[in-house]
Amino acid sequence: MRFVGKPLVWSACLLPALRLAAGAFGLDGMSLGADPVAVMLHTCGKWALNFLFITLCMTPLKDLTHSVIWLRFRRLFGLFAFFYLVLHVTVYVVLDQDRNLTAVWQDIIKRPYITLGMLALLMMIPLAATSTAKAQRRLRVRWLELHRLIYVIALLGVWHYWWQVKKDIREPLLYATGLALLLGYRLWKQRQRLLAWVMIGRVAGTRAS
Amino acid sequence: MAKPTDSNRISAADITPPEKFWTRRALLAGGAALGGAALGGAALGGAALARAAAAEDAAGAPLVYAKNPTFSVSETPTSYRDATTYNNYYEFGTDKSDPAQNSQNFRTKPWSVSIGGEAEVTGSFTLEDILKPHALEERIYRMRCVEGWSMVIPWVGFPLGDLLKRFKPTSKAKFVEFKTLYDPKQMPGERGSVLPWPYVEGLRMDEAMNPLTLLAVGVYGKTLPNQNGAPLRLVVPWKYGFKGIKAIVSIKFTERAPQTTWAQSAPTEYGFFANVNPAVDHPRWSQATERRIGASLFAQRQPTLPFNGYGAQVASLYTGMDLRRYF
Repeated sequence: MRFVGKPLVWSACLLPALRLAAGAFGLDGMSLGADPVAVMLHTCGKWALNFLFITLCMTPLKDLTHSVIWLRFRRLFGLFAFFYLVLHVTVYVVLDQDRNLTAVWQDIIKRPYITLGMLALLMMIPLAATSTAKAQRRLRVRWLELHRLIYVIALLGVWHYWWQVKKDIREPLLYATGLALLLGYRLWKQRQRLLAWVMIGRVAGTRAS
Repeated sequence: MAKPTDSNRISAADITPPEKFWTRRALLAGGAALGGAALGGAALGGAALARAAAAEDAAGAPLVYAKNPTFSVSETPTSYRDATTYNNYYEFGTDKSDPAQNSQNFRTKPWSVSIGGEAEVTGSFTLEDILKPHALEERIYRMRCVEGWSMVIPWVGFPLGDLLKRFKPTSKAKFVEFKTLYDPKQMPGERGSVLPWPYVEGLRMDEAMNPLTLLAVGVYGKTLPNQNGAPLRLVVPWKYGFKGIKAIVSIKFTERAPQTTWAQSAPTEYGFFANVNPAVDHPRWSQATERRIGASLFAQRQPTLPFNGYGAQVASLYTGMDLRRYF
């Protein structure tokens, strides 16, 4: 299991991208429909979010099942989230905006949902770059602090999705609910510490006045 | 152009039932195991193909019409398959493939249209009565969606103005209001509240009487497929596609501008006029360019033209109007 588990999961993670490629090249009668660029853009974006969510599920699953096996897959899922995010942005710049960097820049500064998406990409880069065991050892506590950025990234991702939907918000609402559960779980786990912070804040506040 | 093919090529079992699809999404969002996630991605491909086949099977009956080259563009029409499987028709669902999938059993016979408001002749008319005096013609129009994509569609229909004149609108008739059928039993989208129902659209009287404005009963030489607005729909080629109201059951002459659905639902994003205008962005995306449906994956976006290229015929309707304000 130890030696087949990861390659298996790794291959499964690649399936959505392979399916898109097969559709784009018309393999085996597959097709991406009338607007292939939109399909590629949205599929990659959604899988980036899906993998972010799956990554965030590993710790709750560990707690729930009292098994650390989940943590072995966390980096893999996180890197796949990055992979699909990079694909998403590549499709946007190369196919949707025809490599017109002026148009892309205009979008970034004029459209808040694209600003949010780009911020998420920027934050994801240092996480992917420090995903190695070596970086983890070198950075120690700072690694943990840095990688808490994933909460912000997930938030930006859902917000970005919500804002670009025309009218039917059912699906972004599902993602937002999922995110609330995943982040809520962390807050609940830290409730003692959070409570302590609030108390300290109060004491400090009283002293200052 | 894709040819309609044999019926019964797909069975209902091939189509992912919506409840299953939503459960999958819910599982994913909630963080289900990876296996389920991968399966979800793979299953969607088959369902999309099945939907496309279903739509092609529903081709309509051939129509008798004359080609009208003076009102046609020379660009290559969009493929029948794309034009009939990629539709915005929220009454049948918000996904582009929903209308083709969910409208197959929609009943367009019998059909009647109520004519009301500021006109001498009003009442309920059967579709046959509505159509009888009008000779059908084919016009190939550009169609620009507010979402930034476009098609070229060979419509079969007749000028709206010719119909409106029959009802002798009075001097109080300044606008025309159209309504889509409200029938949640047949139109599953109307059971939700994504938009206020029924769908309402409207035109200023001079826009309605412009010779470009068409009432369509067909596409590609045949009666309209249900997903394209059967049995009767509006086509206003210089305006964004959402002005082209489908499955019309009511036409009313009014003194004041009608409260149109999208303008009511998101007033900062969609206006009453909705003229195609590359200079006025949608708040969330640029309208300067468009993607032509059916072009290759690496095809460049093309520039969007003012009034969708129909400026010579319609720009004069808006002389002196601030089109940034009246978008």
